Parts: sequence; structure tokens; C-alpha cells
Amino acid sequence: MQVADAPATREELGASLAAAAEAGTPVRFRGGGTKLGWARRAPAEAIELSTAGLNTIVEHNAGDLTAVLEPGVLLADAQATFANAGQMLALDPPDGGATVGGVVAAADSGPLRARYGGPRDLVVGMRVALSDGTLAKSGGKVIKNVAGYDIAKLFTGSFGTLGAIVELCVRLHPLPPATATAVGGSSDPDELARGAAALAGSALEHHGLDISWEAGRGTALARFAGAAPRPQAEAAELLLRREGLSTEILDDDASVWDEQRARQRGPLVVKVSGLPTHVPALLRAADELGGSLVGRAGLGVSWLRFEEPSASAVERLRRDWIAVVQDRPAELDIDPWGPIDPAADALMQRVKERFDPARVCA
Amino acid sequence: MTGGPLVERLRGIVGTEHVITHERQLATYESDGLLQYAVTPAAVVLPGTAAEVAGLVRACHDAEVPWVARGAGSGLSGGALPVEDGILIALSRLRRILDVDIPNGRVLVEPGVTNIAVSQAVAPTHFFPPDPSSQIVCTIGGNVAENSGGAHCFKYGFTTNYVTGLELVLPDGSEVILGGPELDHPGYDLLGAFVGSEGTLGIATKIWLRVVPKPEAVRTLVAFFGSTVEAGEVVSRIVAEGIVPGAIEMMDNLSIRAAEGATNAGYPVDAGAALVVELDGSEAECETRFEHVIEMCAGADSVRIAHDETERELIWRTRKAAFAAMGRIAPNYYVQDSVIPRTRLAEVLGTIEELAREHELQVANVFHAGDGNLHPLVCYDGAQPGEAERAEELAGLIVKACVDAGGSITGEHGVGVDKKRYMPSMFDDPDLATFQRLRCAFDPDGRANPGKVMPTPRLCGEVPGPYRRHPLEQAGVAERF
Repeated sequence: MQVADAPATREELGASLAAAAEAGTPVRFRGGGTKLGWARRAPAEAIELSTAGLNTIVEHNAGDLTAVLEPGVLLADAQATFANAGQMLALDPPDGGATVGGVVAAADSGPLRARYGGPRDLVVGMRVALSDGTLAKSGGKVIKNVAGYDIAKLFTGSFGTLGAIVELCVRLHPLPPATATAVGGSSDPDELARGAAALAGSALEHHGLDISWEAGRGTALARFAGAAPRPQAEAAELLLRREGLSTEILDDDASVWDEQRARQRGPLVVKVSGLPTHVPALLRAADELGGSLVGRAGLGVSWLRFEEPSASAVERLRRDWIAVVQDRPAELDIDPWGPIDPAADALMQRVKERFDPARVCA
Repeated sequence: MTGGPLVERLRGIVGTEHVITHERQLATYESDGLLQYAVTPAAVVLPGTAAEVAGLVRACHDAEVPWVARGAGSGLSGGALPVEDGILIALSRLRRILDVDIPNGRVLVEPGVTNIAVSQAVAPTHFFPPDPSSQIVCTIGGNVAENSGGAHCFKYGFTTNYVTGLELVLPDGSEVILGGPELDHPGYDLLGAFVGSEGTLGIATKIWLRVVPKPEAVRTLVAFFGSTVEAGEVVSRIVAEGIVPGAIEMMDNLSIRAAEGATNAGYPVDAGAALVVELDGSEAECETRFEHVIEMCAGADSVRIAHDETERELIWRTRKAAFAAMGRIAPNYYVQDSVIPRTRLAEVLGTIEELAREHELQVANVFHAGDGNLHPLVCYDGAQPGEAERAEELAGLIVKACVDAGGSITGEHGVGVDKKRYMPSMFDDPDLATFQRLRCAFDPDGRANPGKVMPTPRLCGEVPGPYRRHPLEQAGVAERF
């Protein structure tokens, strides 16, 4: 793939995109390059436009809990800046080299999604560059705003196929002073699911609610954060024990959550969307297919990881669930999205035509 | 139009008794919650099923007649204002709760179900967090159209954060399902683009919502300060401490006086500001944080802590009475919904005060202090010549001051007809043209709620094909810039 000079400003990026469109050359945008294998692959003749030169933290409005970021800012760098003010962008997907623009374009997320939502819920304003040279903004710099259409949601998770994200305004949250995690283990899928369901349905205000499963054994984890996390962790432990799980409380809990995040990557990773009550069936499917699983138990979103990639595992999952392929080897011939309702697909095509009439954003 | 072929077709779809064409009955529907605007539609139709909605929209499409969808009509931006000679589709008969799935935290409803009915259906363990002040009457369909917020959205978010799926009727009468009970359906997040689109992209006929467990503990207080500036400083300190209150609301002196007159809560009518702080969450967390908030209110003239649900309810009733009670201060009022970055509060309130003085009008301020969503109420007497115009001018200047401070023209009421003239203060032409691209993908003929949101009418035109070189260019005669 041909690589264009990295633009230094959004105007330059817009001009490069428009020039490619005029020439009819497909363009692929690149952030940190950590998720290039996701979604549909850009054609070989595409040129790559990097956001690496757009890497300024434009504003950090600590008192307003907002920040304006260029897309090429590394998520880790942004977090370090926010942490100095006791704040965070509540997005914690794996891989350190990811940019904020890439995380948003891929709608990636980690365990914090259980409390704070995903990128769609945290981006409050966005500037985009379209293939006809348009530079446009939507939303704003305040966390509450309903003026105009929510173009940011349209671009979040669009993998750069409608245009480029050239600036983001995000909502921040306070970094909690302390955390504690209740962990429950079980080798019975139903028992583990009951434990997770008890946590999800309780009034406990968790900061993360996950499950993990590998080779017939798994854990349910509930993290609590704030001024007094320990009493909630103890209450959660009691709920897990009542369902029969073997439990413990971790005050030093960062590494178990890092492990959860790391399990969202692998040779073949399939994101499965279902409902929380599908957990037992999904755990059994993971065993049957030889995969491991991490999941946001209360949301019904899970990642199945396979050491030996095969299209048949994906097809099996698609019989019962929505299964979107993320990490995958180049040689695996499979549609990453899976079936989309024809009426919804037609509408998506109409949106694509309006935003990228030259059809160059690949 | 009364006996026109379209109305005949509409009668055939929903039954004669559900089509209103009598002038006196149409008057009921000529305005929404914003009474300054009134337009009589050609007919009002009340479908009873999603299939009937699709049939009506298809009939309008075939007849090339515009339409407007309406929920409870409680909106405050004229978003459900009818179009002259158009059809008003009132969704109040579509009010079934189709599924309540507590184990998965999901509810499936029709658009005419009221906001409060959702929380009631999942009580006592769960609730639906968006809670606009009109929640007893406003409908979920309306909440989806406006992306409604409420007092608790600083912590819990807005309607868009709780909608997981929609069954829609598109402006050509076709039906599509976006999302579903599950999160993360593949493809573009058209669901996210639809929520808050103010009825201009289609009609939601079924809505999947996420509901969440009710917090274990709730602690509420109201503190009275000498001025809004002092109260604002406490808000800043609370936020700086990393505390995210369930709700944090402020009323200025004029609002306190109006509200006190309505509820007799015993509030000091000479206080400069009342600050309502509500924390919710786990018992231990709430208790620790609440003690801290009380300490931070040490500079207040007085603090009232709600010791039981009755006292809490009184604090909220008084807060929510502020709007309606404004009639005690002035015969008419004009509500704004601007948002500012919270840190600019003192400065913007100062500007509002100055502008009010210049215009010789009173402005009461009631606002969601956590997220900077102001509701300035411009008080006036419509019977006095010129006063309504002065009020409108003042309201416009207040909006401008908020946008200039880095804010927004609307935080939760929507643009509708009322604020579309302010859109250019926030958005430039390329921004508006980009909004129009989305609109055209859903509604190329512009028949869904026309005249709303966008400041000037725009047409869609054909989708331009892939760029082709002009023959002169190809021959090397002309360069394209």
C-alpha cells in the first residue's frame, strides 16, 4: 500500500483526501495501526493517510470535564495528561499504541464500558473531513447538547468509511481514588452466569463487571471504585458466594483487569453481541469450539478468542448471535460483519453515498 | 382537503373515527408545549399499530404531502408543530409495553408509552434514568426524537445512552429495524444518528430500552446561599473533588420566590440561590460523599437535608414547580435551554443580569448546574405593547452569550422551529450541509417534519455519481481546481 506524507493539519488531511478522491484513488486512514486487520480490508491500490501528525491535545478543560483532541493523540498520552488533574477518558481498550481517533473509528472499548459506555457515549463533538473536501463539525464542547444531528455517532465505529475524524471533543470523568474487586470462580457455566447476573441485577454501583472463561473454568469479576469501594466489594463477594462461587477480594486489582483487556486480542477474536442471559450458552459454545472468552456480563457483549483461527467457529457463533470478527489472520476468508438486515443495509448504503459519493474512503 | 383523496385513503387505513378534520378538534393539535407557535394541519390521524403508521406515511409519500409526528405534545421547541396542509400523525394510541425483561435489563415499548410508565413497569428494582420534568406525560417516542435528558443526566446520561434498538417507518413508508435488544449491531450506528433527530428522519414504532438497577441509597439536600456565584463555587468544588452527583440543580432568587409561592416549602424567599444536591449509589459511598458535600456547603446561609422520602419529594416538587409557578411573577414567560461550560457560570449569569436590566425585563434562572444547562425564563407581559418583542430579543441575546462562552443553543429541548434561527451561531454552512447529507439519506423528498432544525430549507438533489473528468479536462484544455 502506498503511504502518503502524513498531514500536519486537518486542512492538509482534508486536501489530501479530496485530491485522492479526484484521482479516484481509495484512501485508508491510519492511526496507531493497531486494528488495521479489523473490518473490511482496503483494496491494494489504496493510499494510506496517517493521522500521526495530528497529535495535539488542543484543550483540557479540567473544570468542565471535557477535552478537545486531535485524532492522532495516543490514548495513553491523553490519559497521562488527564490523570494529572485526577481525571480520565473512560475508555480502556487493550493495546498501548492506539490513538484516540482509531479507538473511536473502531468503536473499541474495555471493561470501563460497563459503567461509562463506549466511545459513542463519550464523544460530545467531532470534526470530520469528507472526500469532497468538506470540513465540518457537529456537536460541541459541552456534555449536554442536542443542537443538530449527531454526526459523531455516525462516524464512531465507521472505520473511516464515511470520511476522516479530524478532531474530537470528549467527556471526561473523575479518576477514582481507590478500587477493589470481588472475584468469584466456577467451573459450572450456569453457576458462573448466576453469579454475574446477581451482580448485574444488584444495586451495587460497579465500575466494571466482567466474566472470563477458558477450558471449562471461569471467573466473574466486579470492580468497585470511589471513596469507599471495599464495603461494596464485600457485598459483591457475598452475592457471588451465595450462588456457589469460590471468592476472594483483591485490593490490588489492576493486573486482573489488564488480563481481561489483553484477552480481547488474539489470532482470531470475535465480538459476540447477545443478552446477559445468553452467558451459559455462550460459555458452552466457547468450550465446544475451543475458544476462550471475556465479556461485559451486564451488557451481553463478549469477545471469543481462538488460538487456531477457523471460519467455521465464526459461522457457528452466527447461528445464535451477532458475531463481528475483529483480529483475524489475513488469509482467513470471512466477512467480518456477518449478515446485516437488508433494509438496514440499504439505508447504510444511502448514508455512504451521501457522505462519500466518490466511494474512496475504504 | 377535508374530503380529498388522501384523507379518504387515511380513513381507509386507520378507520374514520381516527381521522380528525373538524376545525375545532384540529385546534387541540395546533401547538405543542411551546404555545407561541400554532399551525392548523389538514388532518390529524391516530394510528393504532405500526403497520398503520407505515400505511399512513406511504400514503403521504404517494400524495407528496408532508407530515409531522407527535407524541404527547409536551415539547418546548415547537418540534411537533404541524405543517400547514400537512398531516399530523399522533402516536398516542401506540401505548403498549410489549416486553419487560428484568434479567436482561430491557424493555420493549411502543412510542406513545409515557416516560414514567417505563420506570413504573420495572419498579421497584430498576428504573429508566432519563427523567425530563414532563415525565408524567411525555412519551418515549418524543424522548427518542428529542434525545431527552432531565435532572439526573449529569450522572446517568441521556435517552441516546439507553436506546438499543428501534423499529422505524422511513419517510417512503418502508420499515427498517436498527439495532435490537442487543448492543453493537454491525454496520453504521444509524440508531445513534436517529435518536435526537427531532422527527425529521422517520417515525419510531417500537423502541428497545435499557433499564438499570435502582441505586441502593439516595441522599438529598438543599442549601441556600446569598448569591448564585457563591452557590456556583460550591458546584465547582464538588466537581473538582471528583464527586458525580445524581443531580445538582440551582434556582435563583426569582425562581425561589415563584416556587415557594406554589409549594409553601418554607424556603427563605430572600435567598440569592438554592442549590439542590442529590447523591445516589451504594450506602457506604453515598454516606461518605454526602458528609463531604455538607462540609462544602459550610458557607451556606442554611442547609436543609431530606430525612425521608416525603422531604426529598418536597425538594423536587419545589424545584420542578419553578417553571409553572413563574406565572406568579409575570403573565408570560419565554423559556430558554442554552448550555454553557460550567466554569463560565458566574460570568454568563452576570451577562444575563446586565442584558435583563438593559431590556427592563426580569429573567429567572433555573438550571442543571452540573452540566451547565441553563433554563433562563424571560418574564414579560404580552398585554404591554412591545414587551413580547423585547423579551424575544433578550432571549436571543442570552442564547448568543451562551454560544459565545463555548456552549450550545439547546441542551435538551431540541431545536424545533423555535431555535433554528440560532443554528448559524453554532454551525457554519459546511456543518449544516453535512447535517443535510444525513437527512437526505433518510428523507430525500424532505417530507418528514419539514421546516424544523435547519435554519433555511434545503433540497437534497440526486446523489452525485463518481467524479468524472470534464471532456475539456480530459483533452488537457482545462485544469480543475
